[in-house]
Amino acid sequence: MTRETPAGDLRLANLTKRFGIFTAVDDLSLTVPQGSFFALLGASGCGKTTTLRMIAGLEEPTSGQVLLGDRDIARLRPYKRPVNTVFQSYALFPHLNIFENVAFGLRRRGIRSVDDEVLRMLSLVQLDGYGNRRPAQLSGGQQQRVALARALINQPQVLLLDEPLGALDLKLRRQMQIELKRIQTEVGITFVHVTHDQEEAMTMADTVAVMNAGRIEQLGAPADIYEFPATAFVANFLGQSNLLAGEAAGTAGGEVAVTAHDARFSVPAGRARADRGPVHLGVRPEKLQLVGSADQVPAGQQHVTGVVTDASYVGVSTQYLLRTGWGTELSVFTANSGAVAQVPVGSEAVAYWDPRHAFLLPRDAADSDRTAPVVDEPVGASS
Amino acid sequence: MTVLAQVPTGSGQPPPTPPAARSGRHRLLPYLLLLPGAAWLLIFFGVPLLQLAAASLYDPSGSLSTGYAMTWAFGNYPDVLQAYWPQFLRSFGYAGVALVLALLLGYPLAYAIAQKAGRWKNLLLVCVVAPMFTSFLVRTLAWKTILSDNGALVGVLRDVHLLAPDGRLLATPFAVVLGLTYNFLPFLVLPLYASLERLDHRLLEAASDLYASPVQAFRRVTLPLSMPGLVAGTLLFFIPASGDYINAELLGTPNEYMIGNVIDSAFLVRLDYPQGAALSFLLMAAILAVVFGYLRRAGTEEVL
Repeated sequence: MTRETPAGDLRLANLTKRFGIFTAVDDLSLTVPQGSFFALLGASGCGKTTTLRMIAGLEEPTSGQVLLGDRDIARLRPYKRPVNTVFQSYALFPHLNIFENVAFGLRRRGIRSVDDEVLRMLSLVQLDGYGNRRPAQLSGGQQQRVALARALINQPQVLLLDEPLGALDLKLRRQMQIELKRIQTEVGITFVHVTHDQEEAMTMADTVAVMNAGRIEQLGAPADIYEFPATAFVANFLGQSNLLAGEAAGTAGGEVAVTAHDARFSVPAGRARADRGPVHLGVRPEKLQLVGSADQVPAGQQHVTGVVTDASYVGVSTQYLLRTGWGTELSVFTANSGAVAQVPVGSEAVAYWDPRHAFLLPRDAADSDRTAPVVDEPVGASS
Repeated sequence: MTVLAQVPTGSGQPPPTPPAARSGRHRLLPYLLLLPGAAWLLIFFGVPLLQLAAASLYDPSGSLSTGYAMTWAFGNYPDVLQAYWPQFLRSFGYAGVALVLALLLGYPLAYAIAQKAGRWKNLLLVCVVAPMFTSFLVRTLAWKTILSDNGALVGVLRDVHLLAPDGRLLATPFAVVLGLTYNFLPFLVLPLYASLERLDHRLLEAASDLYASPVQAFRRVTLPLSMPGLVAGTLLFFIPASGDYINAELLGTPNEYMIGNVIDSAFLVRLDYPQGAALSFLLMAAILAVVFGYLRRAGTEEVL
């Protein structure tokens, strides 16, 4: 690092990795700005870990570049890269104590006096006084923090985190999310975080890239992706969405008119990713309100009528399933704020929404409605 | 067994309760399990060892025909040491050189089988063990044929001038060390394999990620983590190798004789029991000293 690059941005350019005939990462390009907290989100097998391993140097790309500033590091050996990893399994050295685990990277680079740095790091991850213990004597959360300290002490240009919280229980995971975010803000290093947990990605990252089948489906700020997903996959991977199959008839007066199941709806042009031909009309379950009859729907709102087939009371909200006239079940989350009464199962009800909360996505002509089933946990239902 | 088990619970207590009875039997169980092995050791190791210790202190002027008298002849020890110290030194020298050769061969072999062999792993392990299916003696005799003066190997080496026209392989220290290395190699490879097989490959990735070059990763991660197997393997190799006499007997000459050959001849040829016994004890003491010195240095609590 003799010459400081104009920007320490991490850029992946047309990165591809094939294992035999299987393409794990498919022509992936993205930029991670220096100092940002970036999350790669996707289901297992989507290529996110392979991407991370290519940045770390543990996997060689089939083609493409990994640029740090303006330097291509894609073919450097891992120990020659200014990049460190927090492994999913932590991979702490069992034969070394915590102090030596944390000091490992400094010592390999021939740095003699490591004491101050190591103690400062242990205190950053709140493990003062644990230096003499062995990894096996620590709890999962503590091991996770050692793994973090061991990577951070090297002051890498990019820190890679491979599902670092996956092995922790829910409560500890939430705590560590806040902790990680605090540390990232404090040290200002670029974090690239791989996770399949959409809530984890949303709470921690400045920018989220949703990956599917080796490609990036959408990249942006968590709220932007959630509020206006780019594809049906994203709409249902990040939280849930009710997607109604319809036909759009073009933009007129800032509105896109949609016909779905013989009903007419409209969506603001700014919320439409397609304004003609087959589309999905999407509304998030928590954006839907339930009332008893159509005349209770406020002016300017759009609605669908149906029968309540299921109601799950989950404390902060109640999750309803509303069977529409054409047979699709919509999912509706209503906040239990006390302002609205519970709707009994079997009764007729009307779900309405503000058109500004709906969105339009292009649709394969063969695709019909897509609604996610109600889950027990209120996932991403915080609005 | 039931009688034994009820003794502790029944002693002056109110009616024995089932949990107490169970814990009583549990306390005894480990000792009962130890019993057959302990008895075996006592009868076939403890008693003969004592007998050997006694024999080493017999009057050296006695003989098998006239009988031995117990005279507490501690002088036997300095006597045999003075007479046979070259064979002692040679034993540890040969075993040491053979150990170094075996490590150079065995560590990469064990590493390759454990970490790189994939689906060939089991086949390769069988190959390591397969020679053991034939007797030690037969294998050593086979080496005698391979290394013989009119064998193909010596012929080729002479032709390419790696060996002088009248040079030999058989009946040299080289042949004895080769024999030791070959015969005891599996004892080194198997424990090493066992600990290298457990080595988590992700630790090497982590080391590499933390700026360790392959050499450093080996020195700082692979080697320390294979230490238990390395220590066990070197001991399993070194102890029998330094007491061995077959290799020196078949592949060497009296000039290559090790301490095992001397003990062998003391008991079976010269019938000098006090000398043989004293030599045996000295060998045992020397090996114990070497092993403890080594373990202290290696410092692996897993072995001790």
